[in-house]
Amino acid sequence: MFKYLSLMFKNSLRNRRRSALTMVSIGMSLCLLGVLGALYRGLFLAPPAPGQELRLVVHHKVSITQALPASYEAKIRQVPGVREAMIWQWFGGSYKDPRDQKNFFARFCVEPDKFFKVRPEISMPEDQQQAFLHLRTGAIASSDLVDRMHWKLGEKIFITGDIFPVNPELTLVGIITDPNTTESLFFSEEYLRQMLGNGNARQDAVGSFQVQVESANMVGSVAKTIDDMFANSSEATKSESEQAFALQFVSFLGNVKLFLMAICAAVTFTVLLVSANTMAMSVRERIREVGILKTLGYTPGTILFLILGEAGVLAALGGVVGLLLAVGLTNVIRQGPSFMQAMKTLTITPDVGAGLLGLAFFIGVASAFVPAYNASRTPILESLKNAG
Amino acid sequence: MAIPLAYNLRNLTVRKTTTLMTALGIALTVAVLVAVLALVNGLDSAFKASGNPLNVLVMRKGANAELSGGLTVEAFQTLKSKPGIARGADGLPQASLELVTVINLPNETHPDGMNITLRGLSQVGLDIREKTKIANGRWFRQGQREVVVGKSIAKGYEAAGIGKKLHFGKGDWEVVGVMESDSSATNSEIFGDLNQIEGDFNRQDGPSSALVRATDTVAAQALVNSINDDQRLNCNARTEVDYMDSQTSSAAPVQYLGVFVAIIMAVGSSFAAMNTMYAAVARRAKEVGTLRVLGFSRGSILTSFFIESVLLSLLGGLLGCLLVLPLNSVTTSMMSFTSFSEIAFNFRAGPQAMAIGMGFAMLMGAIGGVFPARMAAKKEILVALRDI
Repeated sequence: MFKYLSLMFKNSLRNRRRSALTMVSIGMSLCLLGVLGALYRGLFLAPPAPGQELRLVVHHKVSITQALPASYEAKIRQVPGVREAMIWQWFGGSYKDPRDQKNFFARFCVEPDKFFKVRPEISMPEDQQQAFLHLRTGAIASSDLVDRMHWKLGEKIFITGDIFPVNPELTLVGIITDPNTTESLFFSEEYLRQMLGNGNARQDAVGSFQVQVESANMVGSVAKTIDDMFANSSEATKSESEQAFALQFVSFLGNVKLFLMAICAAVTFTVLLVSANTMAMSVRERIREVGILKTLGYTPGTILFLILGEAGVLAALGGVVGLLLAVGLTNVIRQGPSFMQAMKTLTITPDVGAGLLGLAFFIGVASAFVPAYNASRTPILESLKNAG
Repeated sequence: MAIPLAYNLRNLTVRKTTTLMTALGIALTVAVLVAVLALVNGLDSAFKASGNPLNVLVMRKGANAELSGGLTVEAFQTLKSKPGIARGADGLPQASLELVTVINLPNETHPDGMNITLRGLSQVGLDIREKTKIANGRWFRQGQREVVVGKSIAKGYEAAGIGKKLHFGKGDWEVVGVMESDSSATNSEIFGDLNQIEGDFNRQDGPSSALVRATDTVAAQALVNSINDDQRLNCNARTEVDYMDSQTSSAAPVQYLGVFVAIIMAVGSSFAAMNTMYAAVARRAKEVGTLRVLGFSRGSILTSFFIESVLLSLLGGLLGCLLVLPLNSVTTSMMSFTSFSEIAFNFRAGPQAMAIGMGFAMLMGAIGGVFPARMAAKKEILVALRDI
């Protein structure tokens, strides 16, 4: 069987321009398929990132925009299996001119003494941790944000509140490195309460809690215990893994699964068309040659195999081009601005790559079936008569 | 002298399989682009139609969305006495204090519930929104636990029919009417009495925003400036039209992704078109020679093949637009990043989107046609005639 391989390969090199164009055309489409596949995998199929598997987000059952009583924190901490619970408050607000998208980044209020217990995967120098702990107006930011804003330690950061009617005046005391945290600023929740002042209705309201669970297999049961505990109180909760919580925001974009699937289907079909077209053209030009092969004793089966193989080789080469392009493109996307976590970690994993190559080969073979079958069935005399 | 267009058309029909396959490849590319444009257009018009240039929306300074509007009652009292505010039939200024929050409604496709915007307002708020009318039933009465739902809600949520009870806040609310507006945003909202809703969500001290009706467009602009310049108020005002414009950003990620996909697919498709055109040139070498003998210049050969390629892509563009047409009757929904609730809207593949799609197709055809056409034009007469 492999003795025909060199013939297939040589055949695909005959019209080099056509083969090259086909390969690049298929490659472009498959590159797209690879990137979208990686995105799909990153969004819906990826295992939780390190640190995420032990973390729960507890928020109001109705919507993350509605608040929970701060008193829930102590109750959550008493649930068996909970290692630590911390207030996790979206502050919002705006920095400098809010109309400029460049000034947008996430701003959260947290409890500095618990922050590194709930998010143990985050690292920050010890002296900076101490500073965050002791300076009430201290803030820490993720390194990507610090780089983008050209901040330095000691930088004064003024935020104007919107949800909360206060304007924090913060000092940057620490820079965290964490692959899971992008473009975020954290400051003390205590500072927020202090600014709100006594008697403010928001004094007792918390957006959400982050919970560190003792072991991964307890995550589900802990979430259920917490939700059951508050089910009949005035503010019911919903506890979910950090990953599921993040997916909620992706679902804001509409039916992302369907959207990705539809585009992938369109792309796959385009590849099929391109490959089928090329093979139809190249077989049409070689009908006479097929006749000669037959007179030499090649059976219709061998001829079918030869043509299908050629298409497979061509498409698989296109697949390689696509894979390389996809790897390059994901590198570019990772560096670029992103609005969701999945884009920061976008990679062509081996399974996506292998799937891509397999799909390319399969599409090639499938697309050539009709012209190959016709060529193998054309009677010798008729093929020889054909002028090409 | 130009070669007649009929020559190109006939050539395309003779090789109908190849033509159709290439055109379909282009069609799919165009379809992806137009579908994305239709989605963005749909969302755009959902918002844009809903702004009234006479209405001025006031929120706390720094707030970007009504949900986090944070207007205080004191600020509202001061605000009402500003000049330029229209007077209602009762002689009072037409300024509506409103509370915007989010509730959760389940339906068949989302058993966990989707977030819906709930707006508490008084009679004056309804007066200002003269384009929002009752389609069925009646308006809610002041002081009653009654709500009116937008028509998209009535359609999408069985639980929100007239006479049914919705459970949110501190108890049950009766649905007494369905409202219809030219704005999809309003059609995706629920309206109820301000005082009742404030009570249920403990927001007596801090509603969200105020909608104020100015006497004319000049007064509206003056009002916006006067509110923004007033340091005591600490408020941010803009016309409703401006506000709605800023709300369409939810579709931006989908738009970027869609355009990115379409461009990569286009590169692939123009290579495929190039392939087809190279094959056409190779097959018709003799014809090219004959045409030259008949006295057609190199220039007209170049133009002819170029036009043929563009015709091929126009066919593809047309097919692509046809593929997308059925989308016009499809209603989809997205979550808004600013209101944290669902907005239902129609895809809108209008003439503009289609024109962009056709232009895009032509571009693919032009890129795919220019090199093969040059090759055809460069052929020497004798060589071309000898070619089989």
